Amino acid sequence: METERRDLTPDLFGSIKVDETEGERLAGPPIGFWKDSWIRLKKNRGALASLAILILLFALAFVIGPLLSQYSPYAQDMTRRYAGPSAAFWFGTDEFGRDMWTRVWAGTRVSLYIAFLAAFLDLFVGVTYGAVSGFLGGRVDNALQRMIEILVGIPSLVVAILAMVVFRPGIITISIAIGITGWVYMARIVRGRMLQLKEQEFALASRSLGASGYRLVRKHLLPNSLGPIIVNLMFTIPSAIFAEAFLSFIGLGIQVPDASLGSLISEGAGEIRFHPYLLWFPSVVFCLLMVCFNLLGDGLRDAFDPKMRK
Amino acid sequence: MIRYVLRRVVYMLITLFVIISVTFFISKLLPGTPFADDKLTPQTRAQLFEKYGLDEPIYVQYAKYMINVAQGDLGNSFYFESRPVTQMILERAPVSAFVGIQAVIFGLVVGMVLGIVSALRHNSWWDTLAVVIAVLGVSVPTFVLGPILQYVFGVKLGLFPIAFFESWWHSVLPSLALSVFVISTVARFVRSEMLEVLGQDYITLAKAKGLTGLAVIIRHVMRNALIPLVTVLAPLTIYLITGSLVVEQIFAVPGIGEQFVQSIFVNDYAMILGTSVFFSVFFVIALLLQDISYGIIDPRIRIAGGSATVAASAGDSRGDGGDGDGGGGGQT
Repeated sequence: METERRDLTPDLFGSIKVDETEGERLAGPPIGFWKDSWIRLKKNRGALASLAILILLFALAFVIGPLLSQYSPYAQDMTRRYAGPSAAFWFGTDEFGRDMWTRVWAGTRVSLYIAFLAAFLDLFVGVTYGAVSGFLGGRVDNALQRMIEILVGIPSLVVAILAMVVFRPGIITISIAIGITGWVYMARIVRGRMLQLKEQEFALASRSLGASGYRLVRKHLLPNSLGPIIVNLMFTIPSAIFAEAFLSFIGLGIQVPDASLGSLISEGAGEIRFHPYLLWFPSVVFCLLMVCFNLLGDGLRDAFDPKMRK
Repeated sequence: MIRYVLRRVVYMLITLFVIISVTFFISKLLPGTPFADDKLTPQTRAQLFEKYGLDEPIYVQYAKYMINVAQGDLGNSFYFESRPVTQMILERAPVSAFVGIQAVIFGLVVGMVLGIVSALRHNSWWDTLAVVIAVLGVSVPTFVLGPILQYVFGVKLGLFPIAFFESWWHSVLPSLALSVFVISTVARFVRSEMLEVLGQDYITLAKAKGLTGLAVIIRHVMRNALIPLVTVLAPLTIYLITGSLVVEQIFAVPGIGEQFVQSIFVNDYAMILGTSVFFSVFFVIALLLQDISYGIIDPRIRIAGGSATVAASAGDSRGDGGDGDGGGGGQT
């Protein structure tokens, strides 16, 4: 600690010329929530590739796939049973001579429909339930939480089975089963965020400016919860897709002649010794779908919530 | 703590009560009666109704049903005439339990080794391998994996029998198919927990005070990183139930899952509803154990009053929802 002692004389001090515009110039363009997240997501190559593949699968399932083929996914033709993959039937044909290419995309459509349904329920029922519960608090919260605690204990497999027993197996029954339990986790997460955020200063500020409860939730609390909401959404989707395929695999879901990736895999598994292509094509599409949603979910979690990055 | 446990037990009972009530009313809603046989005279039918208590008012039937279920009597199978459902489930339980427990033990060991090594060698090829396995393991479902294992190990390599259940060798492939998901869930969880703990100040302190690398890892890192593993208990239970349905079906293992899928095909409603109740009890107990053990480990959960469940619906057993951040776990 050998510091030289110096007397401080006034002439040592002077004013530095500050260019008032300098501060303005250096600050880059404002980066909002979305942009900020997008920049982080762009760095994650796996997530970006997944997004691209998902868009491609989407296009194949709804537009390109059916357009490229003149066959119907349901038309049976016993003269062309078990035709291997060829120029005419790209994915081959099944036991009843149905074209697998169109069947696989029909199954993918079912999976994507389920994905959207689950996302929709999560966003509307789950978010609303959680927001009401967390924001109102008190007795309402108490009652709503008790209901959640009961719902959480019910395995959704059991719900699906009971729904199947009452209604007929099919896409509507699966939708009902997902509708009963699918949104519970979202409700819990949103409620947690609400409890946390409503005590913060910006909420108080908005309150004191006269904002109504509804406005406060919609304009301030929910936008501030977007990160966790999107992250949770991205994990709900693959599990809903899986649930549908699983139910169809064990015979509780989509019924023949309709196709689902789960039921196609189930049929293919029985033919694995002699016609393995019947298993490979739907399996590859299904796994691709799952991997991409999972990777995109991981990427979005890192992008929206850097603190949770592991 | 006792208050917390009691609270959880009460919720467990309410949940079970709701599920069992629903199964009762569903069984009443079903079209037809077990005796909708035209050959029966009205007189015989009345006798049968009397014998099985079907002539009594619905609330009496309901009360009787609830009492029976509470005593473990789930009624008789429709398909295998008059065989008690409970007995049929219990007969098959050991097989399912064996395959499942074997899968969990194997999955836990491999998953923990993979997770620990990949965290310690962060960003090495080991780490990449573990991450790839983790993503594939949660994305490739058992019903794709099962046939592939059958094809590769059974048909092509001829190493293991591909179906039925006659010796220990027969249990290898089903357990392997079940364990892949366990491996990836555990590896993923352990890896992220380890990485978080490794970055903590107390690890730096432990190293600074001169502990060897191994002592730090065993006494400080693993201890703190492995305890939260109890949160995967409920998701794993759910997974084992759904997984057993698929795996037992594919490998023709005579367990509960296979019987359940068969009962769906033959519309054996008593069996379907009874097995549903059985699965629910199984799951609710797992959930309770998880919440209690988590409450002991992390007192913040108890205060917040939440359930430690992270991800527990049928397919939703990734076990990575909100874990890792203990505080958040309490609120979500």
